[in-house]
Amino acid sequence: MDRSPGSPLAIYIHWPFCLSKCPYCDFNSHVAESMDHARWRAALLAELDHFAAELEGRTVGSVFFGGGTPSLMEPETVAALIAAAGRSWRLAEDVEITLEANPTSVEAGRFGELAAAGVTRLSLGVQSFDDRALAFLGRGHSAGEARAAIDLARSHFPRFSFDLIYALAGQTETAWRKELVSALELAGDHLSLYQLTIEPGTPFFRQDMAVAAEDTAADLYAITRETTEKAGLPAYEVSNHARPGGESRHNLAYWRGGDYLGLGPGAHGRLTFKEEGATHALHQISTPARWLDAVERRGHGTAKRRALEAETRREEILMMGLLLTAGLGRKRFRDLTGRGLEDCLDRAGLRRMVEGGFVEVDERGIRATREGMLRLNGVLAALLASATGRPG
Amino acid sequence: MTDLSHIRNFAIIAHIDHGKSTLADRLIQVCGGLTRREMKEQVLDTMDIERERGITIKAQTVRLNYTAKDGVTYQLNLVDTPGHVDFAYEVSRSLASCEGSLLVVDASQGVEAQTLANVYQAIDANHEIVPVLNKIDLPAAEPERISRQIEEVIGIDAGGALAISAKTGEGIEAVLEALVERLPPPAGDGDAPLKALLVDSWYDPYLGVMVLVRVKDGVLKKGMKVRMMAGGTTHQVEQVGVFTPKPVRVDQLGPGEMGYITAAIKTVAETNVGDTITDEKRRAARALPGFKPSQPVVFCSLFPTDSSDFDNLRESLARLRLNDSSFHFEAETSAALGFGFRCGFLGLLHLEIIQERLEREFGLDLITTAPSVIYKIHQIDGSEITLHNPADMPDPVKIASIDEPWIKATIMVPDEYLGAILSICTERRGEQVELTYAGNRAMAVYRLPLNEVVFDFYDRLKSVSKGYASFDYEIDDYRQGNLTKVSILVNNEPVDALSFVTHANHAESRGRAICERLKKLIPRQMFKIPIQAAIGGKVVARETISAMRKDVTAKCYGGDVSRKRKLLDKQKKGKKKMRQFGRVEIPQSAFIAALRMDDD
Repeated sequence: MDRSPGSPLAIYIHWPFCLSKCPYCDFNSHVAESMDHARWRAALLAELDHFAAELEGRTVGSVFFGGGTPSLMEPETVAALIAAAGRSWRLAEDVEITLEANPTSVEAGRFGELAAAGVTRLSLGVQSFDDRALAFLGRGHSAGEARAAIDLARSHFPRFSFDLIYALAGQTETAWRKELVSALELAGDHLSLYQLTIEPGTPFFRQDMAVAAEDTAADLYAITRETTEKAGLPAYEVSNHARPGGESRHNLAYWRGGDYLGLGPGAHGRLTFKEEGATHALHQISTPARWLDAVERRGHGTAKRRALEAETRREEILMMGLLLTAGLGRKRFRDLTGRGLEDCLDRAGLRRMVEGGFVEVDERGIRATREGMLRLNGVLAALLASATGRPG
Repeated sequence: MTDLSHIRNFAIIAHIDHGKSTLADRLIQVCGGLTRREMKEQVLDTMDIERERGITIKAQTVRLNYTAKDGVTYQLNLVDTPGHVDFAYEVSRSLASCEGSLLVVDASQGVEAQTLANVYQAIDANHEIVPVLNKIDLPAAEPERISRQIEEVIGIDAGGALAISAKTGEGIEAVLEALVERLPPPAGDGDAPLKALLVDSWYDPYLGVMVLVRVKDGVLKKGMKVRMMAGGTTHQVEQVGVFTPKPVRVDQLGPGEMGYITAAIKTVAETNVGDTITDEKRRAARALPGFKPSQPVVFCSLFPTDSSDFDNLRESLARLRLNDSSFHFEAETSAALGFGFRCGFLGLLHLEIIQERLEREFGLDLITTAPSVIYKIHQIDGSEITLHNPADMPDPVKIASIDEPWIKATIMVPDEYLGAILSICTERRGEQVELTYAGNRAMAVYRLPLNEVVFDFYDRLKSVSKGYASFDYEIDDYRQGNLTKVSILVNNEPVDALSFVTHANHAESRGRAICERLKKLIPRQMFKIPIQAAIGGKVVARETISAMRKDVTAKCYGGDVSRKRKLLDKQKKGKKKMRQFGRVEIPQSAFIAALRMDDD
């Protein structure tokens, strides 16, 4: 069957294990007593093989090892998966291979091996340069270890990024500015700066943990945008900042409606088949043991797979596209959906958002302004809540 | 035909919980109207709401056959009357169908306001009144003290009061004997043209409308063609019967007798309480006195919480009206609450009952706007309009003056709470008419504007008196008032459902209270939202909801868009319940909450 390639394929590989669970984290991560690395390696390779046939002929633009804590993977597992991807598909010349890592000294000790395995970009979960904040966030490392890990990352990988969490209850503008200064001093080509949110199912949620008040959070966000921009790492997405060309190619695939294959427990995928005119949404089994069992029995751990309805797909593209400061281009939207941009938006809502200064629309496309980006949930509700009702 | 001298027709007058229904049950039981197996507590109250609240909404009758000590078997017709001021006219018609009343008073609680109003009506109807002191089995019973109170407060001779316990059955025979001995038999002429009082009516799903009647003159028989003298309609009588309390068919009803007829009548709207039924072929020359068409005095709007329930609400209102022609409804549209109905009621309890039945029997979730009264507006151009919806109020510059209805209220309360009660009355623009002390209870009679009473007045009375105050009222007259309409504006657009008419002195504070309440209820939006209270074009109170500053879910979920999808779906669903006010969308729930919150 001809499965003609669309845009480059992004591959996400989920490693669901952590040494300990952070109280704010609601990702699919688990603390395992012991772990059969060989068995997990085999299963991930088997699942990759399973999709290799279906996605024959595609070009891989990025691979992303996420988690969980993928820096706990044996480097040979990482190497084997990268090699397998290279055997199954053509890897783009500038393929971006990212791995998320925690900056503990133990994990930092593996950076050399991971780089040798083929990882080209490291994403470090630094979260803070303040030891008290790190303790509050339940992190297993100190600020000193974080700085050391950043230095090591710089020496081992061509590109690296790190994450910080801010807008904690009680965090002052001064304190955050200070952290930002440290971050910008240490930054490579990319920074992810997330405001703390309390997600259902987390210990913080059960403790009814407070975060910064809305006004403070808005002020801190404005400071973040200004400071990073001045330092040459402007926001290219709500929470992501990069030097020009330093953007995460992998995450851009999500935000720009590209195809991605998700491997491992709980991973999500979007795969477009042009001849069918459909994009499939895939979701792998979340529970690690059940995923492992399924892969061993039938070669893949897919829990659910369905062709997205055209309207759902259009909404996803808009939801994701508006996260980017560049917004969503007209041409790209038409290429992806076959429809004009305004045809898929609530006219009255769009007018209100434009008049309110939250959204800009022009010949290039649509984008949220800085004010709009701060209130993107409301913007999306206005643009989409009653829109796109026509069958597509 | 039963000999007139062997008939006694009587009503029972009592305050809620003083034992009217228990006494009725006991009388039925003693006279063998129902077997023990058929006896249910309070057999006369057939609706759930009636049983729960201990109130009677529809008049009912029971024919009892009692063989007295004199050896004669008497036909005793008990009329169970509606026990609330909202149904004062219905009460008066029930009383007009009898010659005497049992005045039932709890021997420990004493006379309550509601008892007073009804007993005065009975006195007006020339009833022979037999005082009955109930619950003498209770340790707290003080029959002598309560007898004295009856004499002092009501001003009737309580010397012959009967001390009974409806619960244990003690003294029931004495009650039956007193009815035979002390009540006059009805008068009437069996040969005269038919003249029967229409006491009440209700819709029966099998028989159609059942009409409760008291024959004054002539004979009512199956097959007769009868005419409603006020209503002007004619009907063929299909069934004639009496309640024992089970419906039992009889051949005819003669003078002095009570019973029911059915006549293929489709809706109760054709059967006006108080109308006179006569023989179409041999009409009575004059109708019975006292007919008065029912007039709603309290209005409010009802909206379904879920707009898709609108048709269901319309059908439910129509079905309730089949059985209760005293409430009125017409379709209405509100920018804040969508499609609903403006409804008129006989009073606040009537409003509550209809609302509760709609919710309970028809499964509707309703929003009720603040109750309003009927205003008479005199316009500058000399024309006059009556208005019950503040939304319809003309521009203030066109209004010369506004008249509002007043009531005469009677409040009975233990004297320790009197001070608090009097301040409420004063605060509500009340004028004291009378203040009487009887033992440790006080009776205050006030004239009050009805529009001050429809706003939680009764709840306030109850709360400041720990539930001991009782309250009754009658409609008094219309008086000119310094009244004004307060509009509530959200984002500079009026929210019709929240506008209200009030005395000028209260306009600002009440307007401000609603603005403050809305500020708490309306979630922050993308845009700032002014909330204003205005009289005509003049803003008297203002609050502002500041714009939301941050509302973004900014995490990266590794390609998992389900979070964002769930949020969007929730927003889409919520959008259906949003009301557009200019460029802001306000959740309907905020308006609902504003209307449901207690007045503070």
